[in-house]
Order: sequence, then C-alpha cells, then structure tokens
Amino acid sequence: MAATTVGTSQVTILRQHLIDPEICIRCNTCEETCPVNAISHDSRNYVVDASKCGFCYACISPCPTGAIDNWRHVRADHAYALADQLLWDTLPAQIAMAEIPIVGADDTAATLPDDVERIAAASTSGQGGIAPPPWSAAHPYVNLYSIQKPALATVSGNFRLTAEDASSDIRHIVLDFGNASLPVLEGQTIGILAPGLDAHGRPHHVRLYSVASPRDGERPRYNNLSLTVKRVTTDHEGAQVLGVASNFLCDLKKGDQVHVVGPYGTSFLMPNHPGSNLLMICTGTGSAPMRAMTERRRRKSAPKEDGKLMLFFGARTPAELPYFGPLTRLPKEFIDINLAFSRVPEQPRQYVQDLIRAKAEAVVNLLRDENTYLYLCGLKGMEKGVDEAFSDICSRHGLDWKSLQAELLQQGRYHVETY
Amino acid sequence: MSIDYNQKIPNNVDLSENKTLQRALEHWQPEFINWWQDMGPDDSQNFDVYLRTAVSVDPGGWAHFDYVKMPDYRWGIFLNPAEPGRKVNFGAHKGEAAWQEVPGEYRSNLRRLIVTQGDTEPASVEQQRHLGLTCPSLYDMRNLFQVNVEEGRHLWAMVYLLHAYFGRDGREEAEALLERRSGDADNPRILGAFNEQTPDWLAFFMFTYFTDRDGKYQLCSLAESGFDPLARTCKFMLTEEAHHMFVGESGVGRVIQRTCEVMNQLKTDDVAKIRAAGVIDLPTIQRYLNFHFSVTMDLFGADVSSNAATFYNTGLKGRYEETKQDDDHQLSDATYPILEVANGQIIATQAPYLNALNERLRDDYVRDAVAGIERWNKILQKQGIPFALSAPHKAFNRKIGPLSSSKISPAGKVLSEAEWTHHHLQWLPSAEDRVFVASLMGRVTQPGKYANWIAPPARGINNQAVDFEYVRFN
Repeated sequence: MAATTVGTSQVTILRQHLIDPEICIRCNTCEETCPVNAISHDSRNYVVDASKCGFCYACISPCPTGAIDNWRHVRADHAYALADQLLWDTLPAQIAMAEIPIVGADDTAATLPDDVERIAAASTSGQGGIAPPPWSAAHPYVNLYSIQKPALATVSGNFRLTAEDASSDIRHIVLDFGNASLPVLEGQTIGILAPGLDAHGRPHHVRLYSVASPRDGERPRYNNLSLTVKRVTTDHEGAQVLGVASNFLCDLKKGDQVHVVGPYGTSFLMPNHPGSNLLMICTGTGSAPMRAMTERRRRKSAPKEDGKLMLFFGARTPAELPYFGPLTRLPKEFIDINLAFSRVPEQPRQYVQDLIRAKAEAVVNLLRDENTYLYLCGLKGMEKGVDEAFSDICSRHGLDWKSLQAELLQQGRYHVETY
Repeated sequence: MSIDYNQKIPNNVDLSENKTLQRALEHWQPEFINWWQDMGPDDSQNFDVYLRTAVSVDPGGWAHFDYVKMPDYRWGIFLNPAEPGRKVNFGAHKGEAAWQEVPGEYRSNLRRLIVTQGDTEPASVEQQRHLGLTCPSLYDMRNLFQVNVEEGRHLWAMVYLLHAYFGRDGREEAEALLERRSGDADNPRILGAFNEQTPDWLAFFMFTYFTDRDGKYQLCSLAESGFDPLARTCKFMLTEEAHHMFVGESGVGRVIQRTCEVMNQLKTDDVAKIRAAGVIDLPTIQRYLNFHFSVTMDLFGADVSSNAATFYNTGLKGRYEETKQDDDHQLSDATYPILEVANGQIIATQAPYLNALNERLRDDYVRDAVAGIERWNKILQKQGIPFALSAPHKAFNRKIGPLSSSKISPAGKVLSEAEWTHHHLQWLPSAEDRVFVASLMGRVTQPGKYANWIAPPARGINNQAVDFEYVRFN
C-alpha cells in the first residue's frame, strides 16, 4: 500500500488505483495482465480492488488508452469500493487533502522546519511575501515528511544537462520513491538532507529544490520526480565554495539513496482552468518549475482548452541552457519560447528583459488577459531588469505596471522565487 | 554474409536452441518480407513511423516506442510465460496436464484452428493497404501502420506454431498463408469478412472496432486451449489486439464528435446540408455500423456447429473466460438458446450447449460491442444531438447459418423478399454512401492537422502531443 502519515495523526492515506470509465474500451488487457487478480469487470465498468492492488504497475503500459493510469488519494479506510466503481460514468474528482476527514487528528498543523521558513521568506521577498495561489490550483500536500522522519528516495538517474565543456555543471536527477507517497505539484519544492555534519558538528541545513517534473512524475506511472541541480562551486561573491547539497546531489549514482523532506510550497502553483495562460520568465536552474508546468500542459494538452504558454529563458550560452534540446523541439503553437544568451562570443549580450521588450505587444496582450499567470524564477539579479522591462512596455501600451502588479499579486497571478 | 537471425527474429522461445526450427523460419522470413513489400501498406516503405515494438512479454517490454521503417520492424515471436502446473480446463480431458506437444488425434483440427486464425492476420493488412494514401492525419496514419505491423506479428505467431509443431504440413500451410489474397477470386482468404474491401477510413475504424473485436473473442477462446503453446501465444496477441480496438473505438468516436460539432454550428440535421459541410451524417454512420456488425456476426460461424462441439470437447478451444464460468466445463447435458425463424417470427429454441458454442461466443461478443456503441452515444448526448446509434439484431443480414435464409430487419422483424428489397438501402451503406464517404478522403500529412470530417484525438500516442510528427517522410 502506498501510504503515508499525515501531520501528527495516524491516518493512512492510500493512493488508490482507479480506471477511467469514460476512456476505457473494455479490452480486458489489464485484467489479463494483473498478477494478483485485482482487476475485474461487469457489463459496464472495469474496476480495481484496492485491497488487492499491489502497485506493481504491470497493467499500466499494456493499456491502449491510458484509462488505467488514474490515481486518487483517499483515506485508506474510505477507499472507493468495487460496488461504487461499477456504477461510475466518470471518475470522481480528487478530494482535497484538507477535506479528507481525519478522525482524531491533532488540530495543530505540524510546523515547517526553520530552514524552510527562512528560505521561503527570502525567495519570495521580491513579491513582498508569500502570495495566494491561483484560484484553480490543485490543492498541494505540504510537509508530509519531516527532518525527524524523512522519506527515503532512490536515485534512478543522474544526467548532465549542460555540454561537457560548459562552465556550469547542471544536472537532471531523477528520484524514485518506491512505495512512499510523496505527491507534488508543479512549482512545489522538496528538501534534501545532505548526509554528514557541518563544521560545527551539526546536521547540514535543509536545501530546497524545485521539482522539475509534472505531478504524474518524470516518468508517468512510476513514483518518481526530477530535480534540476547546478553544482555550486562559488558563493555569491565569487569565492571558491563547494555547495554541500548540490555537490552531494550531482555526485549521486543510480541506486544511491537520499533523505527527502517536504513537499513545500502553497503559492507558486499553476492554474488548471481552461484558457489560463502561463507567462514564465527564468534563468538557469530557475527553469525547473517552468519545465514542470510546461510538461504538465504538454501531457494534459487538450486542444482548444488550454491557454497560451510563453517562456523567456536566459542563460550564458546555448550549451549552458538546461533542457535546450527538448525545449527547441516543442511545437510553436504549444509554446512561444524566447531564449536569451548573455555570453555568446561576438554577439551582443542579451538578457530576458531585452526579449520581453522585443516581444512587448504579445506580452502586454497576455498581461491584459485576466487568465494570465506570471512566474519568475532564477537569480535575484534578474528581478530588477524584468521589473523595469514590464514597467516600460506597460507604460508604452497605456498600462500602469505598479498597479497591475499589485492586482496580479492579490489575485494569485504573480509568483516570484529568486535566490 | 551471415545474418544473425537471433537478432533478426526477436523471440522468447529459445529459437537458437532449435536449429531445425530456426532454419525453417529463416527460410520463411524472406518470403514474408516479399509479401509485405507486395501486399503491405502501399507506398510506405521509406517512411519513419513512430511505432510501438514489443521487445519482451513483460509489461516493461511494452513501452518501447521509436521511429521505425516498416520493413525493418522487428517482427518477433513472443509467448506469455508458462503457467506452472497448468491443466486442460474443459472438455473430455479436463483436469489432465496441459499439452506441450500436439496430441496426435487432434492434429488436423488444431492445425485448422491455427490456420484459420493465422489467415485473418495478413488478410486485414491486404484489406487496408491503400488507406495510407488517404489518411486524415499523421496520427491516424501511424495508428494504421501500428495495426498493420502487429497483424504481421500475429501472422508470425501463428506461423511459429505451424513450423514448431506441425512439421511439413505446417510449413506448407505457412507458405499458403502468404499466397492467399484478400478478395482474390481464385485464391481468397478463408473467412468472408476478410475478403470484403476496406475502402475508406470510416470502414477501417468500423473494421477495427467490430471485426478486430471478433479477433479478441477468438483469441480469448484459443487462449483457454489445452494446447499450451497456442494458449500462451494467443494470450500475448491479445495485448496487441487491444490497441486495434482502441483505434476503432476512438476513430468512430472522433467522426461522431466532428459531425456533431458541425451539426451544432449549422443548427441542422439535414443530411444534405451536413454532407455539403464535408462531414459524415449520422444515418450513414449507422449504416456502416450495421454492415460491419452483421458481417462480423458471420465470423463466429454457424449457430449450431458440430465442429465447435468437437473443438471444445477435445480441449482445443474453450469459451470466452472459460475458467471464470461456474459450471462443469464439460457441458454434456446442458443446453443453450439459439435463434431460428418459424412462422414468420424469430424464436429462441434450446440446442445442446456443445453445439451452440459459436452462438455463445457471439452473444459474449454482442454484449461487449453494444457497450462500446453506448459510449459513442454518450458523445452524442454530450453534444446535445437527439440521435442514438444502435446495434442491429444479431440475425440481421446474415450470410452464414440458418438465419441466412431469411430476410430480417435491424429491429429483428422477419421480412418478405420484397420488403427487404424495398428497405435494405436504409439499413446498409449504398454505393452512393460509399462514394460520398470516399469523396471526403483526402490525405492530410501536416503535423497537427486533421481532416475536416474527423476531430483530433483527446490525447496523442505515448503521451506525445496531437501535433507530434508521428510519421516522417523521407
């Protein structure tokens, strides 16, 4: 059973496997494949017995429709019964975690680790503190694993994203959670506990990393997620410093194990309503949440339903831009990608704000749309330039950026995470 | 130059351990490739197609997607893993250990079952070979080719059994499988439905929905066989068959979806206006449905059949979900209702169950097929169109069995010859219907573009976008 303990109570949450009756074509492949006979059917629906399903995923890839790949978090003692499932015409919506009744729960929510509070405050200072999430954001799970009781993840992949000769070593690291339930949404972060003790003999601080994969995982149907990690070799002042957590992560090999806490983040989340637009601005590893959101939209993409995606992405050179290859292969109708390179020999230095100015009209049109959500993630240094660019293009098109920004913030449509 | 056929024929049957069999299949392989070049998808040999290739029988071996040139598709031989201690689960031999070799006395019946099943596989490839030239999108073209290569692999599966277990006879049958031609007057395919044309994409979707579903039911009954290698082969084939039915169900659903959209835009149910707008009117879809449903009904064979009784009694071919049936699995004294026409009415009479096993399988099939038609009706309901598709009566338009001597309406009313002549064009596609549907079939090959008469799919293959370049032309 994929189970976890919520807060300080002892209620078990089950990630229940269900089949979407609207999509299923009743081919019987899943029932045939299931090694424990958890799947059965009547003349109407194919259903999964929660008490038998062993999460082996054997049924997932042979399913020709994807109907089999559906999951709902429920209280283990309130799992959907076979009799209920047999009557469904459509899948029920996910019950928000807060609404899952927890009998005998301790009302005081578990507090966030100090490190996490501190980092969250610093990274959102650019927008004046933590903003509300988009109204259509999915309900996030927070703080399922504490420093005292972290989750144990296994590394299932560690790939270098930047060219071998690039000055920065940015890596794509895939963590597998086995049977532990760690549901994350795009834009959320998880904390990494580097092993060992610091110079003062204390455990290392928690380091937070934005999840780079969408909610169904880096590899859908497997209980995994990915991180985008840059090997830190200098501090903000440029002095030689080996970042503890980043070097620990970048050196991991397949099969190594990592202690993970979290997930965290209730604000920097994506909207899910049809027609909502994403305006994303990032540099370097700030691309992680943007990749997660883009990938979510790509996988769920129902034409005519989803809104526009526009990305401004800055790096020194193409060789240092994480996910450069996959990005450039995305269809233009799906996402408008604008790449700024600041250190290409014999070319003028270009920054994300330059491209925002160049695309002024399209950006302003998006800003005028009340379904547009703006995300900024990356180095602190970009905030000022981006702010000025917005201010400029707005005034040229008869908008007041300061008042618009306040409105965006209040409506949960402006999200900043910088470091 | 020596070719490593172990690499060339992926398999999980230890082919390299059996040199005789390996040589026989090596000999057959170039003939298969020649057949594919001659009768496989027309004018497609150089395309890179985003295909799923089965590289092993475990679930992980299923997720292997990549661009492949179709003649280079790795047709392999895969059997589901053996189930230790498996028994013959029905018939006179119930309770004996399942056979790993062909029992001598059942040899010719077993060969006949395998040849009949095997013959349908290349037949459907032949029937569909021109469709690539009129595909409504790259996505659909890719699905067509996926269906085609997997039918090819199913032929390999049957040929493997013929070669491995039937000696010289088996090898000759394997060659004959490449010699018969769908619709050929002199040397046709064995079963009627597989000599019909698949002239357009609506026919293709109906075929994959209705006729490939017959395949599912035949394979399910063969997967119960006491002859273990046949059971294991069919079990694995079923996994692939599922995709074919998906292509059919979603294909027809998308045609309905698009027609509804246009009907709502134009606010009309006038067939002439709907056709003028370049989409397929719902009555025509119903007529195609009637045709494919009734042709597929015949594939189950005669309502009363001594062959069916023999196949069951001797443990060669079971019922659908045999081991889940709650009876004695021998059926010697049981009866089963079949239909016949008496005094101008269709009535049910009881026949010995063993002889009525074709009818039993047909009934299992009808339940499943009807459930899918209801899912299509949900699309109509969602779009607010007051029209419902329905399956015709199982006695409608039959060409095989006692019911074929009567004329019966889709509602199950027995008709005079004159009434049939007067009405049948309301129920079956006319030449004019087919010309109209054919007139819509223009090739669309720009990624993300879909022909006007069909809606894009809700999601792409393997989580790719719907505008993914599913086929690359070279």
